[in-house]
Amino acid sequence: MLGEQIIKGMAVTARNFFGSYFSKNRLTTVQYPEERLPQKGNTRQFPFLVYDGDDAEKGLRCVACQICEKECPPKCIYIVKSKDKKPDYKGQPQIYPLTFDIDISVCMSCQICVEVCPFESIKMNTEFELSTADRFGDLLLTKEKLAKPNSYYQKIHPADAAESDAVIAAEKAKAEAKAKAAAEAKVKADAEAKAKAAAAAAAAPIAPPPANPPTTT
Amino acid sequence: MTLALIITALVTVLAAATVMSLRNLVHCALAMAVAFSGVAALYLQLNAEFVGFAEILVYVGAIAILIVFAILLTRSGETPEKSVLTSGWLAGVAVSAMVFTLLGWAVLTSSALPKEIAIAPAAPVKNIGDALMSKFVLPLEIVGLVLTAAMIGAVIIALKEDKKDNSGGQP
Amino acid sequence: MFDQLDQIFVNALHWLVGFVPEVLRPLVTPLICISFILMVFPAFFSIITIFERKGIGRIQNRYGPNRVGIPFTKIRLAGFGQFLPDGLKMLTKEDIVPRAADKLVHFLAPVVMLIPVLLSYSVLPFGKNMTLADYDAGLLFFFAVGGAVEIAVFMAGWSSRNKYSLLGAMRAIAQMVSYEIPLILSAVSVVMIVGSLKLTDIIAHQNHYTFGIAHWHVFTPWGFIGFVLFFIASLAESNRTPFDLPEAESEIIAGYFTEYSGFKFALFFLGEYLGMFAIIGLGITLFLGGWTAPFSFLAWIPSWIWFFGKLTAIIFVFIWIRATLPRLRMDQLMNFAWKFMLPLALINILVAGIWHYMAADWQRWLVCGALIAGAYVLLGRGLMQNQKLGKRIYRYAE
Repeated sequence: MLGEQIIKGMAVTARNFFGSYFSKNRLTTVQYPEERLPQKGNTRQFPFLVYDGDDAEKGLRCVACQICEKECPPKCIYIVKSKDKKPDYKGQPQIYPLTFDIDISVCMSCQICVEVCPFESIKMNTEFELSTADRFGDLLLTKEKLAKPNSYYQKIHPADAAESDAVIAAEKAKAEAKAKAAAEAKVKADAEAKAKAAAAAAAAPIAPPPANPPTTT
Repeated sequence: MTLALIITALVTVLAAATVMSLRNLVHCALAMAVAFSGVAALYLQLNAEFVGFAEILVYVGAIAILIVFAILLTRSGETPEKSVLTSGWLAGVAVSAMVFTLLGWAVLTSSALPKEIAIAPAAPVKNIGDALMSKFVLPLEIVGLVLTAAMIGAVIIALKEDKKDNSGGQP
Repeated sequence: MFDQLDQIFVNALHWLVGFVPEVLRPLVTPLICISFILMVFPAFFSIITIFERKGIGRIQNRYGPNRVGIPFTKIRLAGFGQFLPDGLKMLTKEDIVPRAADKLVHFLAPVVMLIPVLLSYSVLPFGKNMTLADYDAGLLFFFAVGGAVEIAVFMAGWSSRNKYSLLGAMRAIAQMVSYEIPLILSAVSVVMIVGSLKLTDIIAHQNHYTFGIAHWHVFTPWGFIGFVLFFIASLAESNRTPFDLPEAESEIIAGYFTEYSGFKFALFFLGEYLGMFAIIGLGITLFLGGWTAPFSFLAWIPSWIWFFGKLTAIIFVFIWIRATLPRLRMDQLMNFAWKFMLPLALINILVAGIWHYMAADWQRWLVCGALIAGAYVLLGRGLMQNQKLGKRIYRYAE
């Protein structure tokens, strides 16, 4: 009969109406500022810079190689290299960025900067509440605002952070091993040189003592 | 002659004049709706409630809409360039003034006109209904029949002409 | 005590008018009444918008607006303060008039829309002795001014110079004209039984009780089907879902008020809701006993509470329907009006005549009930017969 299905439909909506007051499970929405849904594992918003240790200035992994600046499709990264050098995590002296700006009003979250960075230093942030009243000043993130500790990275992307930590540890180990090997070689060379010198001295006691060997750095 | 009567009469006459003088046909139709409303207000001032409301219901609600639809469906919205007044407007005014004078004279001197103004009979809706259903039932039925015939005719005109085309394998 | 409460507004009016010199009284009394309507119904409208948003939210398993409460405090009132910022937003928004628009007609349309709607309130009985203008032909007046809304709709749609506006206006007028006929015919059955077009007479006819139950017209076979027809037609007249083709957002943006913004848009919105309240108020008066109580033991509750209670209840049903049913297609809309509603309304008039002339006993109920039920079933079957339901085949959109 005409109208039967309308009554059925009305019953369904009525059940929804009253059900939503009694069972919380029916409600599909979340009261956002108070309640939040957990973010998905691969969430990404805008890039940030990782630093090791506690000091953002000292531990910044970025070496201002400017690959990200060149690769960035919308050209939202601006880097000024430093004139001097400071030691990186491996202890090698490296250039560091004097200025590192990302304009997140231009950034398109493509993650290419992260893909190309050879130093595991630029990563994607999950922070999304970025609204400000100043669209020019506050949306241009400077080095100070971009720098986040490694512990933060481990918190937001645990799997990726572990991977990048492993890479860094391997690099470090490799560098240390290299340094050690170099040192050993040096010691060996020194010993050889000493032995030679001793032999030479024994052969020619009046020969002058050898000059100090250049220290490996 | 009260102030309200003068105002409504002025509005009605002005609206009617606008209907004739504007070039945009839709504007004319809207002005005509205003004129109809003015006429309805005049009826209401004469305590003829039923006629007044029927005027609004039929003329403002239906006839004006019908006219507007007719304008929209038959021609584009462009306003004609040429002036509303033709060259012979003076002659037209003279002729109509003459006709009006003649008619007025005929009416005023007619023997059918009662010499003293009769008291307006109270016509509540109930009396109108009773009259329509008893004394004037035959005219009412005839009007109904004519309207029904007109409607059936309209439906037949609007029917699809070729039935075969309709059943030609369309889903 | 309850009589005092019942007549509180009437007495307040007399008390207020008492301060005015005798000469000015005929002028001041209507002014106070008009300002009463202008205050109460827009306020009611603003509350109803919140109820509508919250109700539809709950039906769709959401919360609906639940943030805004009293300004400058932390009190949220479950979101019932929402209408204030909504209204302020409407009033302060930029008023945009399209360059190609017919400026004068575009400006006048919302005003012309609101005037007949507000006029129609003048004949509605809100309570005992609470009718502003109790015309002999009150019902006719209501329908007459209601018909004038169409011209406003046309003005809005035509003057915007926008194809969506014009389409919306055409749809709206076609729909209003089609559904006005079953609306009026369903009201005619009441007029036949009562024998008067005066709305207070119609209420007086329903205001007596047998076994404690009121003689509302909806409790009779012809009244019941008349009420159903009136209800459906009033849904269509007020452009509510499932008859919201004139402003179908997904097809023609907002229909005839696409090109309206700011305050003019608010006027249209207000006009539409006020029209809905008015037509529901008329439906209550015709079929649900107006301000009378359904049972005699509830008659002590003030009459205006009954009127507004019934009004709110019917509006909730409107909201419920809006959240349930999808929009009709244009041909379905017209088929429904002309092939189902109109014949049923005509049969209903016949049944009302039979009811009037048969003796008041159980046979009358049987005959009228059987006629109505048979007509409903047969017409419903006829309406559904030619519908090829099933998978739709597209000719061009594959």
